[in-house]
Amino acid sequence: MDKFTTLTGIAAPMPLINVDTDMIIPKQFLKTIKRSGLGVNLFDEMRYDSEGNEVEDFVLNKPAYREAQILVAGDNFGCGSSREHAPWAIKDFGISCVIAPSFADIFFNNCFKNGILPIALPQEEVDKLMDDAERGSNAIITVDLESQTITGPDGGTISFEVDAFKKHCLLNGLDDIGLTLEKVASIDTFEEQASQARPWV
Amino acid sequence: MTGKTLYDKIWDAHVAHEAEDGTCLLYIDRHLVHEVTSPQAFEGLRMAGRQVRAPEKTIAVPDHNVPTTAGREDPSNMTEDSRIQVAALDTNAKEFGIHYYPVTDIRQGIVHIVGPEQGWTLPGMTVVCGDSHTATHGAFGALAHGIGTSEVEHVLATQTLIQKKSKNMKVEITGKLMPGVTAKDITLAVIGETGTAGGTGYVIEYCGEAIRDLSMEGRMTVCNMAIEGGARAGLIAPDEKTFDYVMGRPHAPKGAQWEAALIWWKTLFTDEDAEFDKVVTLKGEDIAPVVTWGTSPEDVLPITDVVPSPEDFQGGKVDAARRSLEYMGLVPGTPLSDVSIDAVFIGSCTNGRIEDLRAAAEIVKGKKIAEGVRGMVVPGSGLVRAQAEEEGLSEIFEAAGFEWRLAGCSMCLAMNPDQLAPQERCASTSNRNFEGRQGFRGRTHLMSPAMAAAAAISGKLTDVREVM
Ligand code: SF4
Repeated sequence: MDKFTTLTGIAAPMPLINVDTDMIIPKQFLKTIKRSGLGVNLFDEMRYDSEGNEVEDFVLNKPAYREAQILVAGDNFGCGSSREHAPWAIKDFGISCVIAPSFADIFFNNCFKNGILPIALPQEEVDKLMDDAERGSNAIITVDLESQTITGPDGGTISFEVDAFKKHCLLNGLDDIGLTLEKVASIDTFEEQASQARPWV
Repeated sequence: MTGKTLYDKIWDAHVAHEAEDGTCLLYIDRHLVHEVTSPQAFEGLRMAGRQVRAPEKTIAVPDHNVPTTAGREDPSNMTEDSRIQVAALDTNAKEFGIHYYPVTDIRQGIVHIVGPEQGWTLPGMTVVCGDSHTATHGAFGALAHGIGTSEVEHVLATQTLIQKKSKNMKVEITGKLMPGVTAKDITLAVIGETGTAGGTGYVIEYCGEAIRDLSMEGRMTVCNMAIEGGARAGLIAPDEKTFDYVMGRPHAPKGAQWEAALIWWKTLFTDEDAEFDKVVTLKGEDIAPVVTWGTSPEDVLPITDVVPSPEDFQGGKVDAARRSLEYMGLVPGTPLSDVSIDAVFIGSCTNGRIEDLRAAAEIVKGKKIAEGVRGMVVPGSGLVRAQAEEEGLSEIFEAAGFEWRLAGCSMCLAMNPDQLAPQERCASTSNRNFEGRQGFRGRTHLMSPAMAAAAAISGKLTDVREVM
């Protein structure tokens, strides 16, 4: 998995609440059996018209935001399905950090498995970053995972919370399965005990 | 010491390892797999040279992207991408030795209908699937939730999931339901009350008289949509109805094992002195037959109400409502029962079980679908389909002008050709009304099977109580 340490990049504003996984990547793109190549279809139904032409005023089509690496969005981002195609598409587009007041649970977890840092902040702080992001390509934001801080274009910093274990994995690009297999003895023991206690399972 | 909730009890029985910071390895008893979110996971295993740790606890069935029309057992009748995904599942199931129900098997169906039907889902289990509506299995008092593809791979390889415990939330529905009000109305009304983020960070336990009174099918409908309320999972304590439903199913325990299981299952309830972090209470009598008007499952109103105006809301919801209304092509102030529809979809893991088809058939019986309306009934599994045919329900639907399909997800997510055309408006028994969910620019109103059936007959959103 890709590491995430610090990221300095353009932040794109998406002041919508309840951005769902069908918006992020509509189901017609779930037909792939690969993880890659979904970036062109990120936000497909908002980004392209029915003829497949780019919708000019959609944020990621605007010249200032085509290279965005950070997305600032409204409440409950990523609600809906468990499709990991959503973070795959976000990552493939080039975005590695999403900032919002809150996230849907499965999406939030899926981000960490793909080198994306989702940051939940109080509404006022998201509003502030949203204003910063509105300034187009001047909206350079720095996210530092080690120190858990976000530095805005005016130099002000905001600190954020992140689960210690998830932070460790992201900073080091660790593969969850490898980590879990280090504890295989615990799993063996548990399985042994559980099969005695609940043999019908 | 305070008592434990049902969630606490199941959780505690499945922690295989706990780190100092509370990160746990939760042991998984059942892993359900389908063709859309698993190919990359199996590929990952192969690339790392790993095996499936517990193939006997892993069950695969294609459902999301399979055609629901006749002739699908012939791969040349599938679109190319369906064919590739189904073929991948086929190969993976065989290569890794997991239980498999291909489309040619009468037991094939939507993964969340097949699991309970075959007795794979049992009280007190942990159940996961790469699909958010895994919450359905919570109706049995099983801790069940959706996971992403990386987690699918993790469970395949280790039979565990890295988890931190959620908080406890209680949703109590007191008293009795009024005539015409169903499990679907309960679950939509709860989301209308709490919002789609109201359950974020929680596992919900549904309880109260109105929940107890529901059949197992109804309880599955309620738990199914826990995810739309943002919760990690929904749970209902098992009781005699649960045990009756489970008994005799192909993979349910038998004989002495059954007796032993029953002893444990009967301890699976929330202790009287247990504490919840959040409590929501609704009166069963206050719940009306509801429909959604917008593009979020929280956009719920009684069918007797009118289309709201963006100004009725606050904060970010004002713009969201404006966007929804424009997308849905609705004018504020219009009575919901004046809204005409073009299509009706009866099916999905929310409402594709036999009881749902019975409820819809009851309304449809002896009548015809309104002119110009397209109706589709998609049973949740091959066995539900066979049962409905035996009971004569399929004849009722066909005589009314509905298409009688084969089992699958179909127009719940519209991955295959079962889709709405742009601007087409659908009365649907599924669970998501997101933009484009049932087809590009399609418009979805969520409701119960009986309400969808009533809409099919009148050609408009309809109060089912008027036609009962
Ligand atoms: S019926 Fe719909 S919600 Fe249920 S598993 Fe299929 S796609 Fe998901």
